[in-house]
Amino acid sequence: MAKKLINGNYAAAFGAKLARAEVIAAYPITPQTAVVEQVADFVASGEMKARYVCVESEHSAMAACIAAASAGARTFTATSSQGLLLMHELLHWATGARTPVVMVNVNRAVAPPWSVWADQTDSISQRDTGWMQFYSESTQEELDTVIMSYKVGESPDIMLPSFTTEDAFFLSHTFEPVEIPSQELVDGFLPPFRPEIRLDVENPRGFGSLSMPHQWYMELRYLIAEAMDRARERILRVEQEWKELTGRSYGGPLDEYRTEDADVVLMNAGTAASTIREVVDNLRREGKRVGLARIRCFRPFPTEEIRALGRRVHTIGVMDRCYTFGDGGPFFTEVKSALYNLKDRPAVKNFVVGIGGRDITMKTVGKLYDNLFRIKAGGLDSEKEWIDLKRPEVG
Amino acid sequence: MSRQPRSYKDLPLAPITYEDTREAFKTGSWRTFKPVVDNSRCKKCWICWKFCPDMSIRILEDGTGVEIDYDHCKGCGICATECPARCIEMVPED
Repeated sequence: MAKKLINGNYAAAFGAKLARAEVIAAYPITPQTAVVEQVADFVASGEMKARYVCVESEHSAMAACIAAASAGARTFTATSSQGLLLMHELLHWATGARTPVVMVNVNRAVAPPWSVWADQTDSISQRDTGWMQFYSESTQEELDTVIMSYKVGESPDIMLPSFTTEDAFFLSHTFEPVEIPSQELVDGFLPPFRPEIRLDVENPRGFGSLSMPHQWYMELRYLIAEAMDRARERILRVEQEWKELTGRSYGGPLDEYRTEDADVVLMNAGTAASTIREVVDNLRREGKRVGLARIRCFRPFPTEEIRALGRRVHTIGVMDRCYTFGDGGPFFTEVKSALYNLKDRPAVKNFVVGIGGRDITMKTVGKLYDNLFRIKAGGLDSEKEWIDLKRPEVG
Repeated sequence: MSRQPRSYKDLPLAPITYEDTREAFKTGSWRTFKPVVDNSRCKKCWICWKFCPDMSIRILEDGTGVEIDYDHCKGCGICATECPARCIEMVPED
């Protein structure tokens, strides 16, 4: 193993290289471009043996990955924001065709107004496409998760696509020392991709096809549902294998920090978790029983882990760097839904924070914990609140 | 793999078909108008054959014109519209 000082985008590219991705579809978009640029360097220098396809749009990028995966190739692409939204149709296709494409999405706000800054609306909008979604906190985690997601997605009984996200700039452009695993280690962990069903001129089959309502459409969708449920257990097992090889793991789909005896817990996905950890440590020194539960995996959703947490804590605050207009933060609504059938449910409040890349500071997080303690003492003040919003001055 | 699955457990992972789907799906009954070709006026340009979105136009082996695959033609009328010789007529189905 060697250490390199790299940012999240380069870490993602190293992940694709070490996984021996064979077909890369590249279309640039800020803040992702450095991912496919670094992969281009690897391919140009011969370090990576891959077919590098420059496509004319993100829609085509995904089409190229689906086609290559259908032919039995391991594929990789990266995108962000508007690019991910343009891919939407084909994200559904990748799932239905059971092509385990791996992608990196840099979480960037959607326009208008234009903003290239961190916001998770782009990936959350892909909730129902059947892609596994991982949210990284660190540069190292980004590299490791890209490799792990190939192993999970390509399992013969799963065969589902996945993307790993990086918060724009906070992760995509922040340099950290990262351990680059050896090729030998990754080869031992990740076997070559050999899908059972693939395009084969010796054995021609119709792909995609058509199903009438009385035929098999519903059953094929059920198979996807089953595979996604199996992925919960597989994600844990693959992370355990990775830990045995590298010593690193990230807490499974719900990464908990100092929650064992916590009264109040903040939940979050993405890089703000690092800031929250600092605040947790500070408050713990003051004797306040606070914790953090980082949602690392949005699909499959860590329902059981959240219920286990909900059984023992009094108050949960769910932070959303995205919003579902007409309802609330998407992480909030899903957490609440997971807890609903518990007999004794914790109070849950939604904090809408960091929209469009607004900084989530330690001061911000401190206010959220104060609010949770007020809820614990006096009950829920409001179900959701936009934090650090510029409001008109009162009086 | 059984050709006739009975439940979701018998299905292949992905939606694939093992045989020529044209045999399994006859779509000719969707038609309300059918193309009728007058090969005596056909210029052999094969534009109808190129434009047909369902590959339902066959060029006759002796090259004297085309024939329509009425098992699969859905009657869209693109061939009749595109034919420069106007030798394909769309006729209402009975």
